[in-house]
Amino acid sequence: MTEAATALKTTPLHALHVELGARMVPFAGYDMPVQYPLGILKEHQHTREKAGLFDVSHMGQVRLTGDDPAAALETLVPGDIKGLAQGRMRYTLFLNEQGGILDDLMVTNAGDHLFLVVNAACKEQDVAHLREKLAGKAEVELLDDLALMALQGPMAAEVMARFVPEAATMKFMSYLSATFKGVPVILTRSGYTGEDGYEISCDKADAEMIARALLGESEVEAIGLGARDSLRLEAGLCLYGHDIDTTTTPVEGALEWTLPKRRRAEGGFPGYDIIHRQLTEGATRRRVGIQPEGRQPAREHTEIQDADGTVIGEITSGGFGPTAGAPVAMGYVDIANSAVGTPLTLVVRGKPLPARVAATPFVPQRYYRG
Amino acid sequence: MTKKFTKDHEWVQVDGDVATVGVTDFAQSQLGDVVFVELPEAGRVLEQGKEAAVVESVKAASDVYAPVSGTVVEANQALVDDPSMVNSAAETEGWFFKIQLKDASELDGLMDESAYKAFVEEAH
Repeated sequence: MTEAATALKTTPLHALHVELGARMVPFAGYDMPVQYPLGILKEHQHTREKAGLFDVSHMGQVRLTGDDPAAALETLVPGDIKGLAQGRMRYTLFLNEQGGILDDLMVTNAGDHLFLVVNAACKEQDVAHLREKLAGKAEVELLDDLALMALQGPMAAEVMARFVPEAATMKFMSYLSATFKGVPVILTRSGYTGEDGYEISCDKADAEMIARALLGESEVEAIGLGARDSLRLEAGLCLYGHDIDTTTTPVEGALEWTLPKRRRAEGGFPGYDIIHRQLTEGATRRRVGIQPEGRQPAREHTEIQDADGTVIGEITSGGFGPTAGAPVAMGYVDIANSAVGTPLTLVVRGKPLPARVAATPFVPQRYYRG
Repeated sequence: MTKKFTKDHEWVQVDGDVATVGVTDFAQSQLGDVVFVELPEAGRVLEQGKEAAVVESVKAASDVYAPVSGTVVEANQALVDDPSMVNSAAETEGWFFKIQLKDASELDGLMDESAYKAFVEEAH
């Protein structure tokens, strides 16, 4: 075993992954299951058709407390946090002074605190960022005694209701403090697959019991990071560090929906001047969905050319969409070529591959709206 | 008929001066679900150890190298139409292409089945 391998962290479900026959790979400093014996394709399809259980305990769970943590957090993100009702959650972005994206995150108003879920690879820097910028305004606690799982798919609600009956009527993007087989859990009706489902935050010591209980239901299979990636790509959801990063703004990233009216008018978040200007005058490039013709996938860093052969950008996420039954991708193109339907040429292994700008998601999202 | 294997996990089965080429069952298990193959056209001249075909799984793209030099006589169109045959029948119906051998002595440098089996066990 190499030094890097021995230094990998593990989640509370590591032994279970190994027992289930997962193929483990290093991801964001953790030894994580990329796939189980079912394989990526079938794991993907199973999640779309029934329900899949994902271990996402590597992600960062953070508690923010203080006199007015929402007002404090709004100095770092462009979302409407003050207007977030108790028990509701929202997607937002940590921004730098250039309007670049430091990380994307979920923020929940948990009543006496804000509950944040951030990316695994960014969690240490996010916590340092929060502590530095919100010093004296809010207390920041990294909840590394917690595990996080996701139960996703059209049968997720039915399965969850067997353990937590009140979960059935939770609205999309809402939060519930509940009991699962006698242990406390925090449920949110959210996910990263485009399907209905939940994220389950629990004490590390309870994670395996909960995972085994859910996997014991006939509809549920364990799903690895491989299918997690193809599911989110089909759903048109960004992967931080690939589709968005410190060099892309929310406007360039086609995430204007994360910029509510009040914040656009008032500002008060990092990079406001640049973002306001881009909202008014437009950005020079934009993240778009891309549909290659034929069956050959176009992967990350594939060069994108316009009809004249001029390089206009590159693919940031690309692969085969098992539900779409076709290759799917997203990437950045210059604004002149960003309209849906615009023909593009992808240079795949030195050869031109015709493609078009496509609407996302590639498969319909099926969130529970109540 | 002789069946030989490469360190890049291709198999080659020789019948007279024509060889059938594919990827091994071990290779397909490592690749995962195959969704696309690009095969060389008939008439293309291949050089031993050089790129011959592309196989893409849900996860990643991989090159398939020519185990022997020669001229492609046929590509497996059925595999192009149904790339999942790489997973279901890697060493039978999931063959990639047939090649007219240029130099049969190249086969001597390849592994036989038992040597390949030992190679896979040792490497993984």
